Amino acid sequence: MAENAADHLLEVMTGRREELAAGWIDVVSRTLAARVSQAELDRELHELYGAITEALKSGSLDPGEESWTEVRALLVELSRNRARQGFSPAETAVSVFALKAGLERLLDEGSTADAAAYLALSRITDALGMFTVDSYTATREQIISSQAEELLELSTPVVKLWDGVIGVPLVGTLDSARTQVVMEKLLQALVDTGSSRAIIDITGVPAVDTEVAQHLLKTVVAARLMGAECVVSGIRPQIAQTIVALGIEFGDIVTKATLADALRHALRGLSDAARTGAGAGGGTGIAGASGA
Amino acid sequence: MSERLPILRIGENLLVSIQVDLDDQTVLNLQDDLADQVVKHGARGVVIDITAAEIVDSFVGRMLATIASISRLLDAETVVVGMRPAVAITLVELGLSLGGVRTALNLEQGLAILAERSTARTAQA
Repeated sequence: MAENAADHLLEVMTGRREELAAGWIDVVSRTLAARVSQAELDRELHELYGAITEALKSGSLDPGEESWTEVRALLVELSRNRARQGFSPAETAVSVFALKAGLERLLDEGSTADAAAYLALSRITDALGMFTVDSYTATREQIISSQAEELLELSTPVVKLWDGVIGVPLVGTLDSARTQVVMEKLLQALVDTGSSRAIIDITGVPAVDTEVAQHLLKTVVAARLMGAECVVSGIRPQIAQTIVALGIEFGDIVTKATLADALRHALRGLSDAARTGAGAGGGTGIAGASGA
Repeated sequence: MSERLPILRIGENLLVSIQVDLDDQTVLNLQDDLADQVVKHGARGVVIDITAAEIVDSFVGRMLATIASISRLLDAETVVVGMRPAVAITLVELGLSLGGVRTALNLEQGLAILAERSTARTAQA
């Protein structure tokens, strides 16, 4: 039964190819309202039509099967393009569903074989339609995550303030993902510039809670492990009050009210190191290292 | 058969450059050898260069701290130099802060720290 339907569908689709494809393209181009060029639409849909008839030749009616790979690949590309061009999911899926409209005329002629063929096509387009929406969503998610990544990159510059001193002005809310990026960039900058002092400026951070403090502490400890000393600056009065109210302990980490104070502290540290003949200075190590 | 890392002597300091992935036995051997060499040469400083190490696990991290403690007992300062950012992040995530180990960005700064200490020592004497 199923095979008969497939054969008949194939017969109809190859026999009335031009008429069906033209009807299909017509419906789709009306929904998309000329936002895709006619020539491009013609090419896309003809290719898809060809691929569907090819797949039908294998006798399979299940778009999940291997003979439909070509169709699926074309649909992925189509949905990806639509998603990039800013079409809605409905406008994307209509490219598939409109194929049914052309075959509806078959029903008027009314033979059982025609009806079976229409039902078979209907099932196929449903499955392909779902697939289109899936690929559309996947593409959109990709776009969103790559944008989020770019935003992360943009929002965490590491600047060289002086020979041997680098600064990280933080703007915006700190979360785990962002701290990770800040930490990596800061540590990499320490290596690249050979700086032994770093200043993390949190003037632009709207709120500091226990989690943010935890993240800052981790960054400072990681920098110390590499042999660089970190100063946290830009703590606004309200933030200082919050930190104390929350009972957050910054331990032996040096904190300064302004970036200028932090820079003075860092430079003094550098010149102290230079005076004692240590050249470029070096990390003061971990608390307790001075024992022995 | 695990390897033994070469220990180089520069003046009154010892230098160990770690070029291979560390397994537990190698680290234990290093601990033995270093203790021997510090005593033999009367070394005042030990520099452990981990620039080339891509993986430092909690065992190795703890062992670095142990080596530092041992050397300190023998009156030698230990400086771990050249830790990669990724390694530092891993150690922090593991909750290891290598308490008691001095660190420096690179070999040059590590030797500078030891030189500073040596100057201070001569000044005292």
